[in-house]
Amino acid sequence: MSEGSASNSVCTRIKTSKTLTFPGQFEGLAAISEFVTGAARDAGLDARAIFAVQLAVDEACSNIIDHAYGGEGYGDIECTCRVTDDGLTVILRDQGRPFDPSCVPQPNLCPSLEDEDCTGGGLGLYFMHQLMDEVHFVFTPDSGNVLTMVKRRETGS
Amino acid sequence: MEVAANQLKRCDLVKATGRIDSATAPRLAEVFAEIHEEGRFRIVFDMNGVEFISSAGLRVLISAQKTCKRWNRGELVLAGVPQKIYDVLDLAGFVPLFKFFDTDVEAVGSF
Repeated sequence: MSEGSASNSVCTRIKTSKTLTFPGQFEGLAAISEFVTGAARDAGLDARAIFAVQLAVDEACSNIIDHAYGGEGYGDIECTCRVTDDGLTVILRDQGRPFDPSCVPQPNLCPSLEDEDCTGGGLGLYFMHQLMDEVHFVFTPDSGNVLTMVKRRETGS
Repeated sequence: MEVAANQLKRCDLVKATGRIDSATAPRLAEVFAEIHEEGRFRIVFDMNGVEFISSAGLRVLISAQKTCKRWNRGELVLAGVPQKIYDVLDLAGFVPLFKFFDTDVEAVGSF
């Protein structure tokens, strides 16, 4: 069966891979965060990078619940954490509606509160791209939405 | 997230600790709404104990700030914001929309 992880380049070696399935409910976000944080530590990410992964994964899972499933309790989120030679790969799968990132408008980064568009909407996807080194969305009818995000370890000299 | 609100003489002091995410942000919104419903719009939000905030939490802060500042009737100011929480506000471009104070005492004194 295809793992849908084409973004992992052939030269990146996977050290460990763990998968857990969580109910698509906001109450579960803290547990998902804990799972991903453990893997980020195993991957040797620093505190700043770990926080970036926590935020990106939280935003991704909130989007899955809100948009792919259209609410809480409609399906699961399968989360795979792969510790690799150079960092962490997080793969999130859901069976909700196909997600097309190109349909999400850019957020208004709020020059002023008087601006009607200044609501904080659209920030989730923007954060994911800002915080992670790679973000890929793939939808296939068989495996549903597969989101792959990569955070590489800073190479201190 | 734990959240507590105290009505002071010149403003309300709201303190939160823990995670402000999609699960807990609605509770924070309720706390701000309860203060607004009683006609008070000068609020200090002490974030010293906040460990995590997502865009769901940021949306609550923006919405509360808009309500507070309408007709110049008040303001939501932030106190004790940890660096990593500040970084999230900065990433969203929200830093210019709030006054920041190191401690809740200084923030309360600003009203």
